[in-house]
Amino acid sequence: MSEPLEALAEYVLAMADDELILSHRDSEWTGHAPILEEDIAFTNIALDEMGHAAVWYTIRAELLGAEPEAYSDRLVFQRSAEDYRCTPLVELPNGDWAFSMLRQYLFDIGEKVRLEGLLSSGHTPIAHAAAKLRPEEAYHERHTRAWVLRLGQGTPESRGRMQAALDGLWSFAPGLFALDPSAEPASQVGLVPDAGRLRQRWEDEVKMTLNEAGLTIPEGVAPVTDGRRKHTEHLAGLLTELQSVARADPIAAW
Amino acid sequence: MSRVIDKESVWSILEDVHDPEIPAISVVELGVIQGVELAGDRVRVELTPTFAGCPALHVMKREIQERVSALGAGDVEVVIVLSPPWTTDRITPAGREKLKAFGLAPAPIHAGDVEAALLEPATCPYCGSQDTVLKNGFGPTACRSIHFCNGCWQPFEAFKPI
Repeated sequence: MSEPLEALAEYVLAMADDELILSHRDSEWTGHAPILEEDIAFTNIALDEMGHAAVWYTIRAELLGAEPEAYSDRLVFQRSAEDYRCTPLVELPNGDWAFSMLRQYLFDIGEKVRLEGLLSSGHTPIAHAAAKLRPEEAYHERHTRAWVLRLGQGTPESRGRMQAALDGLWSFAPGLFALDPSAEPASQVGLVPDAGRLRQRWEDEVKMTLNEAGLTIPEGVAPVTDGRRKHTEHLAGLLTELQSVARADPIAAW
Repeated sequence: MSRVIDKESVWSILEDVHDPEIPAISVVELGVIQGVELAGDRVRVELTPTFAGCPALHVMKREIQERVSALGAGDVEVVIVLSPPWTTDRITPAGREKLKAFGLAPAPIHAGDVEAALLEPATCPYCGSQDTVLKNGFGPTACRSIHFCNGCWQPFEAFKPI
């Protein structure tokens, strides 16, 4: 396999891992959200993001010539934390509901600008996948943006919680666009969009919403952008739970 | 034992396969069959998901495999394809009527403009009123939303435009 395609497989793995780990965090709200409607909403968003992860794992399998279903299961259930390529933003524990909602919003806009960039990927299966996933994000964005505004413009308590969430998340969010060094050649040959340009588009859009919500964007915080191999301590615990059933009986048929 | 089968018999058997989450209409009416190809006694069916995370996809895939094999096909391949992406516009007119009878409002025809379709009030499948409000953009399955009709005071579900 050529170097750009190998790099593309690494890029796709990072996208898949971001989706999977955030999906797992979102699923932790099932049965615990403040009201029933939001329980249903977060559960659906978790399901959508898991579906997106599955699409990307399948594309990686095809790039590597592996059988998609067995390969995806192996990647998800048998990899240890150091082999995951997700960014710390998605690993952080859920915190309160404002924290989870703002994280999901920051992620959704990141996913939207990335998918729009991937529509013109030189690797056709990726362009097709982006066209498939892009409309689904419209539902997430509409929901999470509305809650960021509502909580930011709401009571002193809701505003305080949203501001605390922003203070805790702002340094981690740019990590969404960080490329693992192994994925960089894919960007150089136009298989994937330029990460700096994506980050700029993301920042322009989320800042408009955060300002409209009346929140103060933290200044002078150094972004965490080296996390795709340096995970937080939270990932191992998450994977222990995510993989516990599969590891208890690795050869079970489902 | 395999025998010669034709495309019509494959399409016809697919009319008996349903999305387990929307049993009111067949996979053909739902528009998730992208194509059927035959080469001798080998059959290839292209299936596309409504939403990427649809957990019912593999159930449909297995059922298509079993039904088409039972027709006498020697080798049946059901492949999942993503392009062109499925849209609610692909639900057939007959399928839309069956959805209404099932109490599920079909999505408006949007020709690709999902954002605009999202702003339209859903039409109540019970009384036809458009005086309805969206209660939750997320529902019991990935493809459904929850609404309330001010005309007949009924809560109802709708197929999310996509």
